[in-house]
Amino acid sequence: MNSIPIEAGLLVAGILFMLGLISVLIRRNIIFMLISVEIMLNAAGMAFIVAGSKWMQTDGQVMFIFILTMAAAEVSVGLALILQIYHQLKTLDSDAANKMNG
Amino acid sequence: MVHALLYLVVSFLAIAVVFYILGAPFIAALEVIVYAGAIVVLIIFVIMMLNLKQESVEQEEKWLTKKVWIGPAILCTILLIELAYILTTSDATVLQDKEVDSKAVGMALYGPYVIGVELCGLLLMSGIVGAYHLGRQKKKVIHRFLEKAEE
Repeated sequence: MNSIPIEAGLLVAGILFMLGLISVLIRRNIIFMLISVEIMLNAAGMAFIVAGSKWMQTDGQVMFIFILTMAAAEVSVGLALILQIYHQLKTLDSDAANKMNG
Repeated sequence: MVHALLYLVVSFLAIAVVFYILGAPFIAALEVIVYAGAIVVLIIFVIMMLNLKQESVEQEEKWLTKKVWIGPAILCTILLIELAYILTTSDATVLQDKEVDSKAVGMALYGPYVIGVELCGLLLMSGIVGAYHLGRQKKKVIHRFLEKAEE
């Protein structure tokens, strides 16, 4: 436990972020894109935790709590948007919502 | 889609264990409660409301062909390799095994970061108002004969 190099933690965070990035690039379903954004936010928070654990400071954990709050607000608004899009377009395809209707 | 959410919960739990190992047990508990509890339940509720049938799964398989994912995967792999190169060529530093306790986090939250906490409250409030505003069903005031003629 006392011999974890910091690169390992940052590498795990990077891999997780890349998985989320690939998923948000290749998916067309909006729910999956929202989930991928959650994964990417988690990876960013993990990088904060690793850095905070490196210098034994509380700032990393405080930043993670802020990211958590932001993710919660983001997912609620995003799901409301998904419901609205599904009611109007009857599909979850993100390419279907490319026309403005003003 | 529900299977994806189950794997998402597994991923969140694994990240929580990593946080615990890194010496942040408070954050690990928050991860399990908020992410694996609240947010996933929220997404499950929405999926249940949408009531997706079997054809959505087939459409998902149709969308996700090799031609679609190979390009972004290669680009992201290049990015990851660059990141790994930068990380591994710097001199190695070892993490301490002491843990930052939740009391210190709380003191920092309500000490120097109190502005951030208030801003988070504002953000959550605006999120609630925005979700309510977006989720409201608009009532159509079209006359029923007109509506029938439109269809």
